[in-house]
Amino acid sequence: MDKPFAITLDPGSSLANHTGSWRTRKPVYLDRLPPCNAGCPAGENIQGWLFHAESGDYEKAWRVLTLDNPFPAIMGRVCYHPCESACNRGQLDSPVGINSVERFLGDEAIRRGWQFDQPSASSGKKILVVGAGPSGLSAAYHLARLGHGVEIHDAGPLSGGMMRFGIPKYRLPRDVLDAEVARILELGVTLKLNTKVANIEASMRAGNFDAAFLAVGAHIGKRTFIPAGDAAHIVDAISVLRSMEGEDQPMLGRKVVVYGGGNTAIDAARTARRLGATEAIIVYRRTREKMPAHDFEVEEALQEGIMIKWLSTIKHADAHNLTLEKMKLDDKGFPQPTGEFETMEADSLVLALGQDVDLSLLDGVSGLEIKDGVVQVGSNMMTGHAGIFAGGDMVPSERTVTVGVGHGKKAARHIDAWLRGTAYEPATKHEPATFNMLNPWYYSDAPKTLRPMLDAIRRQTSFDEVQGGLDETNALFEARRCLSCGNCFECDNCYGVCPDNAVIKLGPGKRFMFNYDYCKGCGICVSECPCGAIKMVPEEI
Amino acid sequence: MPFQPIKFYQTGTFTVGNRLLNPEQRSVQSHRDRSNAINSGHRACQGCGEALGARYALDAAMEASNSQLIAANATGCLEVFTTPYPETSWQLPWMHSLFGNAAAVATGIAAALKVKGRNEVRVVAQGGDGGTTDIGFGCLSGMFERNDDVLYICYDNEAYMNTGVQRSSATPPAARTATTMPVGAHPGNPFGQGKFVPAIAMAHEIPYVATATVADLRDLEAKVKRAMEFRGARYIHILVPCPLGWGTASDDTILIARLAHETGLFPVFEAEHGVQVSALTIRKQRPVEEYLKPQKRYAHLFGAKPKPDVIARIQQRADRNIRKYGLLQKEVA
Amino acid sequence: MLKQIEGSRAVAEAVALCRPEVICAYPISPQTHIVEALGEMVKSGDLTPCEFINVESEFAAMSVAIGASATGARSYTATASQGLLFMVEAVYNASGLGLPIVMTVANRAIGAPINIWNDHSDSLSQRDSGWMQLFAETNQEALDLHIQAFRLAEELSLPVMVCMDGFILTHAYERVDMPTQQQVDAFLPPYEPRQVLDPREPVSIGAMVGPEAFMEVRYLAHDKQMQALERIPQLAAEFKQVFGRDTGGLTHTYRAEDAVTMVVAMGSVLGTIKDTIDEMRDEGHKIGVLGITSYRPFPLAQVRAALQNAKRVVVLEKSLAVGIGGILSTDVRMALSGIQLHGYTVVAGLGGRAITRKSLHRLFREAEQDKLQPLTFLDLDSDVVNKQLARERNVRRSGPAAENMLRDIGTVASKIA
Repeated sequence: MDKPFAITLDPGSSLANHTGSWRTRKPVYLDRLPPCNAGCPAGENIQGWLFHAESGDYEKAWRVLTLDNPFPAIMGRVCYHPCESACNRGQLDSPVGINSVERFLGDEAIRRGWQFDQPSASSGKKILVVGAGPSGLSAAYHLARLGHGVEIHDAGPLSGGMMRFGIPKYRLPRDVLDAEVARILELGVTLKLNTKVANIEASMRAGNFDAAFLAVGAHIGKRTFIPAGDAAHIVDAISVLRSMEGEDQPMLGRKVVVYGGGNTAIDAARTARRLGATEAIIVYRRTREKMPAHDFEVEEALQEGIMIKWLSTIKHADAHNLTLEKMKLDDKGFPQPTGEFETMEADSLVLALGQDVDLSLLDGVSGLEIKDGVVQVGSNMMTGHAGIFAGGDMVPSERTVTVGVGHGKKAARHIDAWLRGTAYEPATKHEPATFNMLNPWYYSDAPKTLRPMLDAIRRQTSFDEVQGGLDETNALFEARRCLSCGNCFECDNCYGVCPDNAVIKLGPGKRFMFNYDYCKGCGICVSECPCGAIKMVPEEI
Repeated sequence: MPFQPIKFYQTGTFTVGNRLLNPEQRSVQSHRDRSNAINSGHRACQGCGEALGARYALDAAMEASNSQLIAANATGCLEVFTTPYPETSWQLPWMHSLFGNAAAVATGIAAALKVKGRNEVRVVAQGGDGGTTDIGFGCLSGMFERNDDVLYICYDNEAYMNTGVQRSSATPPAARTATTMPVGAHPGNPFGQGKFVPAIAMAHEIPYVATATVADLRDLEAKVKRAMEFRGARYIHILVPCPLGWGTASDDTILIARLAHETGLFPVFEAEHGVQVSALTIRKQRPVEEYLKPQKRYAHLFGAKPKPDVIARIQQRADRNIRKYGLLQKEVA
Repeated sequence: MLKQIEGSRAVAEAVALCRPEVICAYPISPQTHIVEALGEMVKSGDLTPCEFINVESEFAAMSVAIGASATGARSYTATASQGLLFMVEAVYNASGLGLPIVMTVANRAIGAPINIWNDHSDSLSQRDSGWMQLFAETNQEALDLHIQAFRLAEELSLPVMVCMDGFILTHAYERVDMPTQQQVDAFLPPYEPRQVLDPREPVSIGAMVGPEAFMEVRYLAHDKQMQALERIPQLAAEFKQVFGRDTGGLTHTYRAEDAVTMVVAMGSVLGTIKDTIDEMRDEGHKIGVLGITSYRPFPLAQVRAALQNAKRVVVLEKSLAVGIGGILSTDVRMALSGIQLHGYTVVAGLGGRAITRKSLHRLFREAEQDKLQPLTFLDLDSDVVNKQLARERNVRRSGPAAENMLRDIGTVASKIA
């Protein structure tokens, strides 16, 4: 077309005008640390595996998850999910049911028989892992995937440690436990049961081990002195739970009193109920608010008919009677005796006052520091003795399965580096993705899908699993409730909201990039990014 | 709501795209091959709501018409920032004639297409609030009453921004403009003036009238798509915040538009043949202060001598809109 | 084919023969009969394919024509007087954008006071609008000029106004020779736009042009009109070949061979002037006429050539540039710059005041005796004017001048109250 001069112009020719020169600040994409990841004791990349679960690629999700934790099916049942407490979605409606999705993925893996990838090369090194509990198995798993030879020695007759002997079946079915342990052994890990390590240095020498990871659980129930008649039936909670795994179930009687306020006390009381006790009563010296047990466990216990006697201590035990003293909290929240007493019928008294670790295998090992019944370790999980690392219940830490699993992973990475004569440098943590960085308007309101609860009555008398799992549709839905805090989930908002078309969409899985030739630095992309994965930085001048 | 919201997704229907949606469920703006009817390199201010709204609307119209689209444009920011010689940002056949005649020019374009038998080519006219509600109103009304086959899109930023923020008949009460300064007994634009052209468009009983904002892309695109399903005169009125004229941060453009809707101050609805057929309901109603406060054009309502009485009157306007257009979701019994 | 029809009808039929595709109009006297006729032809299907759009104003009429023309449709509208002023912004826009719209202006006075009768104030107010302006002397010429106008406009991508005197021509029944469709088709090829809005080849029309190129754009508009000065006579010659008639061109002279006094005028008044001059020639006066057909572009060279041998020039125009005098005469003077002769501006026929042979005889004789004032208002009622001027000198608030004067003339004043 012979176009009239200046009046009529060719289409799209404004590309010649590089408006990027107007800019004083520019947007940059970044990954921030989502609070779930930050809160996970096992260091899982939760947002990362949810991302794959959201698209229905459960195997990919499971593979990303198991890079950090080999026990999704177990975690999905026993983890106290601090990730959910931290979840930003909790400030919107309710946290994402991360734990449920994890369990779904774990169960899906068992159902479909997914296996871990075998290590590509062998290092030729051998590591002794003492204890086949969560921490030991976790370390063994990671070391095996790093190409090291691993041998686990456990004093017990079965694998799993506290996962088997401390957690009731109704919370963790044993076929699930067995399946996830077996999958680790498929990596070539040797497991020697009924093999108590009496002396670690002797065992290492005998087996030509290059390093050792000690993960002996806290299997010894703490005792407290309670004046008691001869006929009083007093047992410790951990023994009760452990004996559930044997042939002979413990005889606790019709009225069982559990003394303590932790999760083990709850487990013991609920177990007693399932063993036939008509009354299971927890006696605790403080109030519900002060109780260390997780609230949802307390709630489930109360639903099952467990009674809890608050602000009471046990002063004396007889064959069928206990003497209790009422307490009151002082200004600082500590219980103080009141001098008021009462009696309570009880066929047996179960003490759930905490557990100790048997540290005898460390006798004579040089350089160790033992304090408050646990071994001191450095930030690399190594004890004062070179080559001997420790984790789980036997080091100073919160005692949960998830923390143990995290120790195992962390120790494995340091052992690997130590064996190579280097030091493991964890990647620098991204800056946290806090709620105020999100634009929650974009997220649909959606209630958390509650796991179907088994009927409370039925639960009281059986050891069937208490919580059902998600099925695929609701697992998908739950995964998709994830806000993807701080990490791009390809919602196309930046691409759409830029008034200057200065965002280039790179295609599925490739995210986006800025075209700084045209970006004027208005910052709308940052404001409208739902998940806080863009920030403004000053333009270099 | 003119579209079926997608449920059970982490972002539902609200984000531009989302990799989890089927391609046909994604917005036009999420497509890598969207038209970009306005190309990069235009000279709109940082964070310009009109540049955004125009691309949203025209890309959707381009998609709906299979890129068989011609645009007539009134004088104003949109025209000035897209076509300073020797560059144009438009990627579709586009024409600027005058400030007040975009609707009539579009009528001429539509007539020419009709006489040439090119029924597949569709026509949009567009202008700002001044070019639509004031100087172009005669031509607009004429185009409406003749039911010419034109989709007219008004990008409403509530004042004459191109000339330096003077009042238009779309300027809301109490707003400061260069010709309604916050001085005297009744600072800012007076109450009891102005017109709401969507309602006037409805009075013409044309096939389709809708309002939208740049804050809800899906709604906007659905309305453009719906409008393109009709032949005859159609009108879409899009609220496009102006960081310069409203005194807002350049990154708040969409937020402000969202608040305009969520306070009820800007009712988002659609009408067919003069009868309202839907409303975009407010998910969470906001008090008008939240909308007014971030805007410097309302700064005189806060500051050292706050004017709660004026804010209350503005809240009354919002409440009236909510009642009139049914903007709050009815409780499900 | 010979027909005895109204001027408006003749123009409408000629326009229809030009196969316009979009016609838009807003009614204003004395243009109405033209667009009424066209509207009927479109509605009946006699003129097809064509869209006839009843717009809400002249501003919209021109705007619709702009949109249609830019989309490649041959576009036509008609207006007059206030209507032309109401569309002025779009008039300039159409020429600025180079859109070959053809518009009939049924020339009429501009108010206030409101007046529906003929003079040239409306068209001449648009002399700088960038449009070409062709003035018709007769209904036959009006008809023919429309056919030429489409050809001229489309060849140059510039709009053309065909100006015909309101009522005097538009409402006069005269014999015209209506061409056949074959003749018109032979002369006027289909419209091939220089720029067109089409998704097949998108362009942006109507860019904002700053100081860096605006002068050039304006120069090019001027240059196009200069090209038209060459093209208009060529088209007239071509027209004659097809239609067998001398119509159009830039100027026409009548009995000018040895004229000492030359009268210059535009439009239908030329007929009265020619009659007068015939009578004067019979009496031996050496007087002739120059009729200007193309007012824009203004044919300076042709005007100079036609007038340079005369001793005096009387420009008789139906327009007034208030505060200076003539409009046409200013242009004529420019054509004569450097030539010493007597020049007279005669403002005549404003608001439909009849221009009679009697008055012209008197006028031309006075001119021949060089008794004319440089600026003369033909048949001005000096008594009325002087009375009003006297009133205004005495009383500051003397009331509306028009009403006062009507009272002085003796027209029934109560009708206006």
